[in-house]
Amino acid sequence: MDPTSAKMIGAGLAAIGVAGAGVGIGNIFGTLVSSIARNPAARDQVFGIGMLGFALTEAVALYALLIAFLVLYAT
Amino acid sequence: MSGVAGEGSNPLEQFVIEPIVKLHIGSVDVSYTNSALLMTIAIVLIAALLIGGTRRAALVPGRLQSAAEMAYEFVAGMVRENIGHDGMEFFPLVFSIFMFVLFGNMLGLIPFSFTFTSHIVVTFALALFVFALVTAVAFIKHGIRFFGFFFPSGAPVVMAPILIPIEIVSYLSRPVSLSIRLFANMMAGHTMMAVFAGFVIAVPLFGFFPVLINVALYGLEVIVAALQAYVFTILTCLYLRDAVHLH
Repeated sequence: MDPTSAKMIGAGLAAIGVAGAGVGIGNIFGTLVSSIARNPAARDQVFGIGMLGFALTEAVALYALLIAFLVLYAT
Repeated sequence: MSGVAGEGSNPLEQFVIEPIVKLHIGSVDVSYTNSALLMTIAIVLIAALLIGGTRRAALVPGRLQSAAEMAYEFVAGMVRENIGHDGMEFFPLVFSIFMFVLFGNMLGLIPFSFTFTSHIVVTFALALFVFALVTAVAFIKHGIRFFGFFFPSGAPVVMAPILIPIEIVSYLSRPVSLSIRLFANMMAGHTMMAVFAGFVIAVPLFGFFPVLINVALYGLEVIVAALQAYVFTILTCLYLRDAVHLH
């Protein structure tokens, strides 16, 4: 296998990790919606925590994406 | 996002540190680089905002004064909620970290500028400083009782051989996760924008489509820039609360 195609395959494999973060972010917003629907008064408190959870989970997706980019473009 | 990526060019080129004024002390390279220039600009802007905002303090604040007061109130609320009232002694530090990271992220979004928070050296130095400070504060406030932090109260003693190594590893990995989170967010976001900018040239006729995506991505990056500064600061607050109150 020549190095270029190995690079492409490696980047593709690294990007699989994003799937986990997709599940996580969906979970966070699903729970956020249902908790606000149950108790609309708690919206202000819950929203901040939800955003924090979103940022922390999205960071995990970006780790995988970063590895993919580094595999593709780093020389 | 500097160095717009053509078909052949590399999206990682935007992260190259270039010396502006070359300086060497012995064998140590202390050149004034584009990264240092952006840091200087960030500091000057923060100082200008805060000094200009409070110079003629009025009861009905002007635009600059409201911006300065909003930033102050935001961070002060965060410190008060997370560390408690006795945590206000850390407010100057937390505020400095927040403004520095926020301005670094935001200045990096200006086309052809440079994002210094996209370098792990910068973020790891910040995170290591926070880690050292938290450990020092915990030791000064609690002395030897600080080691009780590694064993959650109420857990059965039989679990100690498992729990204590886990707690120690999670404590030691704090600076790593704190720095990599900020660095990876900035670097991946900016690389992604450069990659999509490269698509504009690579796709004939339908080049406008990647531009639309890039506009949306740019909006996302503005949110991420603010959110990551917030996350970095709130985690600093949470670590400080652990140090001040020990669970």
